[in-house]
Amino acid sequence: MNGLDARFFESVGTSFADFVLKISPDLLPRPHSIEAPHGTTIVALSYQGGVLMAGDRRATMGNLIASRDIEKVFVADEYSVVGIAGTAGLAVELVKLFQVELEHYEKIEGSSLSLDGKANRLASLIRGNLPLAMQGLAVVPLFAGFDPDSNIGRIFSYDVTGGRYEESSFHAVGSGSIFARGALKKIYQETFTREESILASLAALYDAADDDSATGGPDLARNIYPLIITVSREGAVKVGDEEVERLSRQLVESRTLRPDGPKAELI
Amino acid sequence: MTTPYYVGPEQVMKDRADYARKGIARGRSVIVMQVDCGILFVAENPSRALHKVSEIYDRIGFAAVGKYNEFELLRVAGIRLADLRGYAYDRRDVAGRALANAYAQTLGSVFTTEQKPYEVEIIVAEVGDESSLDQIYRLTYDGSVADEQGFAAMGGSADAISARLTEGWRAGLTLKEGLALAVKSLEGGERVITGEMLEVAVLDRARVSRRKFHRLFNSTLDSLLAK
Repeated sequence: MNGLDARFFESVGTSFADFVLKISPDLLPRPHSIEAPHGTTIVALSYQGGVLMAGDRRATMGNLIASRDIEKVFVADEYSVVGIAGTAGLAVELVKLFQVELEHYEKIEGSSLSLDGKANRLASLIRGNLPLAMQGLAVVPLFAGFDPDSNIGRIFSYDVTGGRYEESSFHAVGSGSIFARGALKKIYQETFTREESILASLAALYDAADDDSATGGPDLARNIYPLIITVSREGAVKVGDEEVERLSRQLVESRTLRPDGPKAELI
Repeated sequence: MTTPYYVGPEQVMKDRADYARKGIARGRSVIVMQVDCGILFVAENPSRALHKVSEIYDRIGFAAVGKYNEFELLRVAGIRLADLRGYAYDRRDVAGRALANAYAQTLGSVFTTEQKPYEVEIIVAEVGDESSLDQIYRLTYDGSVADEQGFAAMGGSADAISARLTEGWRAGLTLKEGLALAVKSLEGGERVITGEMLEVAVLDRARVSRRKFHRLFNSTLDSLLAK
């Protein structure tokens, strides 16, 4: 019969992931091959009235570039955004699962999860991926969202075991994250406006691409620039292509004059 | 040894149908109506928490009358069906017709095989890219499906409300006009219904977000209700 599966009436929880695990576990993210493309650098930083996340567009497979225009930053729901570094195929599936997870809860309960609740759900999805992480297929997300209760943007980082850590101000994940974080450490200011924080994220990704071969820099020839999503009271919004292009070109121009970026005071 | 009474299948079905109808007739009514921007849901429901109208998927809404625990079970199962299908295939592969079919099968088999039928009546509505593609399916307690044109009413005084809607409804009503007609039909010239007594939602095809369902309440609803 084509009616509603009897099992749809059994489980009582609101978690879509648990539900899929019970009904069709084969739909959950699984690796198809160990030699899989990897996504690289993601940065997130908070600014006055919001938070943003930016990711470069490169995916690598060993020493090869698997993709020049992969998207690694996603709108998770109306007030949050998730970016993923690690095995690209698994990461994209995990994000898809997380997006349905949030929407599923919202529809069944009639209200959204709190930002902490969302961050915890993501942690348990990552934890579920631990056996694969042990085989070298790790997925490490960065999660950020606007908390309407406290009116600020918040950032959460994770480790492969599902450990969840709240970051203040800024954070980066992925192979180029050390360089991106170093750059942000020198230029970040709490008073950043939206546009300043977009420039700072572009600068951090530029520095990551400068020193990490797996991170892609702005591709002026092909017009491929980092993907940036801001989250504020108005919701999660992708920054328009024209704005990113304009700011990227501005950044590249300033780096032509000073390739290593702005100079800081010694102490 | 006593011989059990023989009750013919016609009688059994009739008894069950009467039982379900009585249960449904006790409740307040819900109207689902096509308007120019999409599909409008209006329920007489003073509760802000126990919904009679709800979102199932991007373009699909759900409305129900009758026993709360029973239609809530159907609503959640419907969300699960839709989310699972969208996750397994693609979001575009979730269709109102498939959902209405699944509900019909379930209601039909509950009606014939369970101790008692579900005392519910539900509507599955899907908004299309243009109004000719909008769909309103109405499902009754025994699993019958009706593909409604323009509008549908269910609940306590559904027949009287339908008669009023038939008089006032025409294609291309604006949201404001549709809402006024729905409220007038619910009132029936006897009562006055205010915004606090209504649960209103719309599947708005013009919405930029892929999720077309949204609720109207407080000041938004009051300004639409204003004469």
